[in-house]
Amino acid sequence: MTTALNTLFITVEGTRLNKEGERVVVTVKDEKKAEVPLRHLRSVVCLTRAWMTPELLESCVEAGIHVSFFGVTGRFLARVEGLPGGNVLLRREQYRAADDGGRTLAIARAMVVGKVSNARQFVLHAKRDAAAEQVPSLEDAARRLAEHLRAVGRAEELEQVRGLEGIAARDYFEAFPGLLKGGARRFGFDGRNRRPPRDPLNALLSFGYALLAQDCAGALAGVGLDPAVGFLHEDRPGRLSLALDLMEELRAPVVDRLVFSLVNRGQLKPEDFKEEAAGAVMLRDEARKAFLVAYQAAKQVEVQHVFLGQQTSWGLVPHLQALLLARTLRGELDGYPPFAVR
Amino acid sequence: MTSASETWVALSALQHLLFCERQAALIHVEQLWREDVRTATGRLLHERVDLPGHDARPGRRVERAVRLGCERLRLVGRADLVEYHPDATSPTGWRPYPVEVKRAKRKSLEADSVQLCAQALCLEEMHGVAVPEGALFHVAQHRRQVVMLDARLRARTEEAVARMHELLARGHVPVVARAPKCESCSLEPLCMPHVTAGQRRASDHLRRMVELVDPETVS
Ligand code: SF4
Repeated sequence: MTTALNTLFITVEGTRLNKEGERVVVTVKDEKKAEVPLRHLRSVVCLTRAWMTPELLESCVEAGIHVSFFGVTGRFLARVEGLPGGNVLLRREQYRAADDGGRTLAIARAMVVGKVSNARQFVLHAKRDAAAEQVPSLEDAARRLAEHLRAVGRAEELEQVRGLEGIAARDYFEAFPGLLKGGARRFGFDGRNRRPPRDPLNALLSFGYALLAQDCAGALAGVGLDPAVGFLHEDRPGRLSLALDLMEELRAPVVDRLVFSLVNRGQLKPEDFKEEAAGAVMLRDEARKAFLVAYQAAKQVEVQHVFLGQQTSWGLVPHLQALLLARTLRGELDGYPPFAVR
Repeated sequence: MTSASETWVALSALQHLLFCERQAALIHVEQLWREDVRTATGRLLHERVDLPGHDARPGRRVERAVRLGCERLRLVGRADLVEYHPDATSPTGWRPYPVEVKRAKRKSLEADSVQLCAQALCLEEMHGVAVPEGALFHVAQHRRQVVMLDARLRARTEEAVARMHELLARGHVPVVARAPKCESCSLEPLCMPHVTAGQRRASDHLRRMVELVDPETVS
């Protein structure tokens, strides 16, 4: 694939984006900061208040460049997208499948298999260089995840699949403190909390998942699927359920791995976070930038796509999975093959 | 035929169709890679190609990026370049002469000829004059190749238009076997021909994940 998966992140408040020729020009306080050719862009993510001219927005929409806006706390606000790409017949097929219990079960089950399998691989990888006293708890978590994985494979009801997903997530997050090394232990972690995140690790996870969800939504829309109509996640107004579905198998290998490598290597420290009066924790601006840079860099890393039997980059994985999901819905594949981490 | 049920075939689809039916369907039914296709087309349309000697001939007019359509075949699109030659035998006094500009190395003469012929069919309907001939201009070799738009080529072209209509009407993306031409196909990363051809692969993959089979140990 020739597309360079470039995302333009806007992090400086008051940034203006306009179009000159076939380029995006980034200006802060009347000073030109950057110029990016439109054809190198796949998406524009505004993480703070930014202005964009209608001309540029029009060109982005025309060229299939997704523009998304986040609030300053990292909360997703909106995405701008033109006429949906792809084929209305494919979307109809997606809706039909979502209304069909059997097809929904099969896809949701495959997605949870992907999620639990990759979570288990992540724990096993982490175990390799964990401190000796952590090893038993990580082994225990991996064993429980393997059990859940088998149970998911046998599940015959959607509710059962969703239930197992929840149990597996809890067991997985319980193993999290054991993944923290040395100085990073100061982070503390007491299970997953998100609304709002109440410790630095949760703040990082939430931010990373928000970015990944946007990448997944963009990938799905790019192949013509409706990111809001999911299989594992029920439809809910304002929720990109299919993007969340697609994200499940990628949470651990993309976001969790990145978060742990940043904190374990000391690239992010507890001082990089601030706590609000009521206990909500958020990243300071510099840490947000550091995380974004690392997130973008992680997307360039090569990875083996086991099902396709080819090398690719992490950044392309959501696109490839979206394509495979579209193929599944069209009946060209006999099931949805989730991304498998070795 | 009511207008609501009408589908129109893009002139460019015919070339795709002759190269590979799946490619044509992926682009025109599934509308994949639309931005890439469109930006590429945009680039081509803005880039002028000089055809030496052609503007010079007396009375000859050259029009670029000409919008074309044929109601009868429900065919629509653009021609890179149409020459209008003075011709006393034509009721209008001139004769349109489509020239298809080929930048890349020729992939298939038949595909190029069909594309050209389709443009001629549009021009015939729009101007009400016969268009017996056109040309392919190969930029790389700087060579002009005359194509006679004979009955056989016209039949082949109409057949291709009909097939494209069928794919569009059914919203059908045919699954085709992987072929040598896939190597040179720009849609290969989206088409994944090696995946869609094999049948039970996805469920095998899932089973291996559930049974914790190390994928590296399985071929
Ligand atoms: S990769 Fe092969 S099968 Fe797929 S569209 Fe291209 S030529 Fe056709």
